[in-house]
Amino acid sequence: MALLELRDVRKVYHLGGEEIRALDGITLDIEGGEFVSIIGPSGSGTSTLMHILGCLDTPSHGTVKLDGTPIQQASARELAQMRNRKIGFVFQFFNLLPKLNVVQNVELPMIYAGLNGKQRREKALKALDAVQMGHRLKNRPSQLSGGQQQRVAIARALVNDPKIIFADEPTGNLDTHTGEIILELFRSLSQQGRTVIIVTHNPEIAAVTPRRIEIRNGKIADRVDARLAGQEKAALLSKSSAVQPSP
Amino acid sequence: MSLWNAIEVGLKEIWAHKFRSLLTMLGIILGVSSLVAMSAMVTGMEKGAREALIAVGGLQKVRVEGQPVPPEQRHLRDFARGVTLSDVYALQGSAPEIEKVSPEMRLDVPPTITANGKFTRTFMTSGVWPVQLEMMEHKVEHGRMFNEVDDELARSVCVIGTGIRDDLWGDPERTGEEIIPLGKTLSINGYPFTVVGMFEHYESEQEHRERALKKAEEAERAAKGLTNSVAGPRRDRGWNGGGRRGGFAFWIKNHTVYLPLNTMWVKLVSGVTNVPAEPKLSNLEIKIHDVSTLNLALTEIRNVLMINHHGVEDFSFRTQEDWADQINQYIRNARLSGGLISGISLLVGGIGIMNIILASISERIREIGIRKAVGAGGQDVFVQIVVESVVIAVIGGAVGLGTSLGLLQLIAMVSPTDNAPIITLSAMAFAFGASVLVGVLAGLFPAIKAARMNVIQALRYD
Repeated sequence: MALLELRDVRKVYHLGGEEIRALDGITLDIEGGEFVSIIGPSGSGTSTLMHILGCLDTPSHGTVKLDGTPIQQASARELAQMRNRKIGFVFQFFNLLPKLNVVQNVELPMIYAGLNGKQRREKALKALDAVQMGHRLKNRPSQLSGGQQQRVAIARALVNDPKIIFADEPTGNLDTHTGEIILELFRSLSQQGRTVIIVTHNPEIAAVTPRRIEIRNGKIADRVDARLAGQEKAALLSKSSAVQPSP
Repeated sequence: MSLWNAIEVGLKEIWAHKFRSLLTMLGIILGVSSLVAMSAMVTGMEKGAREALIAVGGLQKVRVEGQPVPPEQRHLRDFARGVTLSDVYALQGSAPEIEKVSPEMRLDVPPTITANGKFTRTFMTSGVWPVQLEMMEHKVEHGRMFNEVDDELARSVCVIGTGIRDDLWGDPERTGEEIIPLGKTLSINGYPFTVVGMFEHYESEQEHRERALKKAEEAERAAKGLTNSVAGPRRDRGWNGGGRRGGFAFWIKNHTVYLPLNTMWVKLVSGVTNVPAEPKLSNLEIKIHDVSTLNLALTEIRNVLMINHHGVEDFSFRTQEDWADQINQYIRNARLSGGLISGISLLVGGIGIMNIILASISERIREIGIRKAVGAGGQDVFVQIVVESVVIAVIGGAVGLGTSLGLLQLIAMVSPTDNAPIITLSAMAFAFGASVLVGVLAGLFPAIKAARMNVIQALRYD
């Protein structure tokens, strides 16, 4: 069974009498341990897809199963628990709390998981060591560089030992060099066996991942954009449908 | 999220906006301190008002007085013999609801009392049994109360209040030394009586303070070399109603002269007026066991007396209920108005808190979004916001309790002679509880708003 199972997922917004189909019948499986990118121009539905995959939102139609649990009808409380235990988020703008220092930021998800102070501190230090940020524990986010902030954000995403890590334009606010380092970090996480899903509109970033899912007008595009070729030409040449998992 | 985490976050949030939080707390501080101060002052007033009531025996006391026969019983008026000692014995034997009964015999006209070349009149000259002492809450400070033997033998002895002493031998305030006229003779309507005892000086708390203050002032004047205690020549400053509210009760009590009942009858009454066969009492003082059964006791007393009077209703009752009701009414009004002011103050404080929490959550929309994205449920956010609101209110409440103490000291400094405020623990607990409640209520609406916030929109918010 796949880690993420989407069947005919639709998301419809109503804006002043007009119906906007942000997602229009997405069927998709993502297996545990995959390194996937979801790519598409802005407005194509990539964000909506990520929100649904990340349990931030529920679909208007269709079924979503995360690790065997259907979430299309989950309550807000259940969704929050799913986010807390099974999902880690990394955002474009880092989204660290400015009033908390590095350790406290990393401890945040564990507060809601109900861990005690000692356990929190232990796990936070471990996660920060894993992203080479063990030396800036007491700094506020504003005292760190963008790359460092993103490392802290990754540590926060990792700290509850989630099944899936979502990264929404993780390099969008970083210079090229730092961006590469962060992508390298994601790759190593993937090699450690974690499922990593990167949402981006930058083909160069999507090219890093073995599997790419392109979204156009709320649907999964048949053909992957030629510009996505990169090193992984084979994927493009075989015209593989994104529905099937890539080898 | 544990409660402790929520409190920690709340405290941090308050500390991050110190001045803003302080201003917000001010409403609660004012509300709580005014609530406690008001309650303390009213309790003080209540004590002052009840002092006088207690001085005359309290609510448990019932007086039975003679009254003319009612019109429908006019034909029976020859059988009306008034209140007599046989009523006392009947009540003692047949009315279990009463604790004690004390007969009292007065003269129709207040007698002239002379001694030391001075005279005074007091309508509180009564012939009584020694039990009257407890009945009227009297305390003999010097000498003794006359006893049953004095009564039996109709000895010419009396016990007086300090007011009589002041009138006849001099006021210690003026003469500078306290005269204790034990063994001295005074005459009542020309008959000599030996003073065997004197009561203590009765006064209200307020009079006591006024006297102490006056003394201190005089000492100060004396230290400055001024001899006259009052500016200008000595004069009578006119009647001031025997002191303020309730003071009259103490004045009367101090102007009491008690003689043995038998002496009163033998020496002063029987030879003077047209005498009925049996000594006629002016009234009975009755103390009942329990105020809550007042009606039952009154019915019982009435039944016993009606039998003893052969159905002629030539007596009536007097209780202190109206006085007590008046005090209760007055206290209730004072509490109500004070409570209203404090309540409005707390309400305004609560609105202030709600306002600031609303401002705070709209500043922190993104933070709420982030917290939700990493797994905070609606209830976690709700608890956090309510706790923040309660923390502000609780700190405000605690400071308010402290402030109320200062406020009361200030009031005591401004008017030292008024009834001392009494701070009760229950008032403090109530005020503190009210502040916590206000905190919870003020936090509810913002907390619901924050808990319902859409996580995606909150994350995108700039």
